[in-house]
Amino acid sequence: MSLREKGAITGVGETAYSKESGRSVLSLQLEASLKAIEDAGLKPTDIDGVIPYASGVVAEDFITNLGLPDLRFSAVTPLGGASCVAAVQCAVAAIASGICNHVLIPVGRNGASQGRIGTRVQYMPQFRVVGEFEMPLGAIAPAQLYAPMARRHMELYGTTSQQLGEIAVSTRANAILNGNAVMTKPMSIEDHQASRMISDPFRLFDCSLESDGACAIVVSGADRARDLRRPPVVVMGVAEGHPDSPSVITQRPDLTRLGVAKAAPRAFAMAGVSHDDIDVAEIYDCFTYIVMCQLEDLGFCKKGEGGPFVESGAIRLGGKLPINTHGGLLSQAHMVGMNHIAELVRQLRGEAGKAQVADAEIGLVTGYGDMGDGSVAIMRRG
Amino acid sequence: MSATGIYNKLVPEPTPHSAPYWEGLNQRKLLLQKCQGCGKIRHYPQPMCAACHSMEVGWVEASGRGTIYSWTITHHAFHPGVRQDLPYILATVVLEDGVRMNAQLRGVPAKTLCIGLPVRVAFETVKEGLTLPYLIPEEPA
Repeated sequence: MSLREKGAITGVGETAYSKESGRSVLSLQLEASLKAIEDAGLKPTDIDGVIPYASGVVAEDFITNLGLPDLRFSAVTPLGGASCVAAVQCAVAAIASGICNHVLIPVGRNGASQGRIGTRVQYMPQFRVVGEFEMPLGAIAPAQLYAPMARRHMELYGTTSQQLGEIAVSTRANAILNGNAVMTKPMSIEDHQASRMISDPFRLFDCSLESDGACAIVVSGADRARDLRRPPVVVMGVAEGHPDSPSVITQRPDLTRLGVAKAAPRAFAMAGVSHDDIDVAEIYDCFTYIVMCQLEDLGFCKKGEGGPFVESGAIRLGGKLPINTHGGLLSQAHMVGMNHIAELVRQLRGEAGKAQVADAEIGLVTGYGDMGDGSVAIMRRG
Repeated sequence: MSATGIYNKLVPEPTPHSAPYWEGLNQRKLLLQKCQGCGKIRHYPQPMCAACHSMEVGWVEASGRGTIYSWTITHHAFHPGVRQDLPYILATVVLEDGVRMNAQLRGVPAKTLCIGLPVRVAFETVKEGLTLPYLIPEEPA
């Protein structure tokens, strides 16, 4: 059985994104969940599956607060930033197998106002091996752990900091068009080059935000989705992929290849579309380089050609492949990539406002997490 | 060290699988796991050989020589304990034994960093019972 076109995103909901919510993570997630359920035209009691994000909020919290009478399915997909798209795969699989009908996938955090990433990762089981062997030597945060991948790419292929900067600059331009973005000041390549070095080659503006807020989606069976309130966004293909040496980047045979390189051929084959069919893409952007590497691993350009590809203007609105039309993790908010799924849904419904890609019918969204876990979904207007 | 002289960096929590590695460092030796089933050397320590699935483990001393594979230069203190080290180079190094390791590289100007640069492992005891590896440039032969 293939998951092709078995599920659809029927509802999306987002809170305001900020640097200090002043609220609990649970209340943020409940607000986003209610909005997503309402957007789908469902009642909370229709939700019979939930896939919570590993944020301390659990399925029981949703049963209790939403008053779910008969939750039939719960799971977690612990792939860090690849969790959200991987959760879509999990939800569609559960629906297609007949376990449940409407799966809620909430994400939310006080990433800015509470524990920062350099501290949070010390307690995450996915960082256990690095925690023992590399953190005591000073390699502590994702910026430091991922930077050698970018440096290797630069040394092998001549990729430049300015090319990474184009990703930050174009993403900021998109955030300015979004009504719910934390960063709204225009950024130039000069601004990017002047931003302070964090862990070379990553400057401050190569790094994503730390944000407060929540985002949730509802996944329903494709057949039921047609009867709901909004035009469904059908999941054509979806896959997750784990990189070689998944716990430690240092030991990875090819430092420039992420888990999404394994997932992408499966997702494209399932969807039955080619790269030229993709009208818009929301690419997980915890760091600028991670976007560039994924564009290569997904097959939008060859390995090593990501720099010239982005420099050509291809990823800007109006370009060959507009990406991160909402402002991404770099400039909208770090909502673990659930905001990427929400934006793809808006694009395919034709509701993306000033950032709308004309006639967007088919789009792609990715996740990237931990030491290189990947996930990718291809969706179409229903 | 912190201003009060107390070691305030992150410290490892050895497991039964990694304890010999940490004990080796205390004796200023870089020990690598060698599978007793197929002879494959692996790093960092894990309970099972992914090639033959043997859980019989031996330990061999690495030469400590290797070459740079990639690096980053950290300018931001992600933990209070590293603030006085800034900026510092973290190098990913291919050891002669075939596996890689990551450690701070000292004594190399940033502008001379390149893939293939020869380095070797050195050791420093940072607190009682904890010796850590770091990297220095290999002396020309």
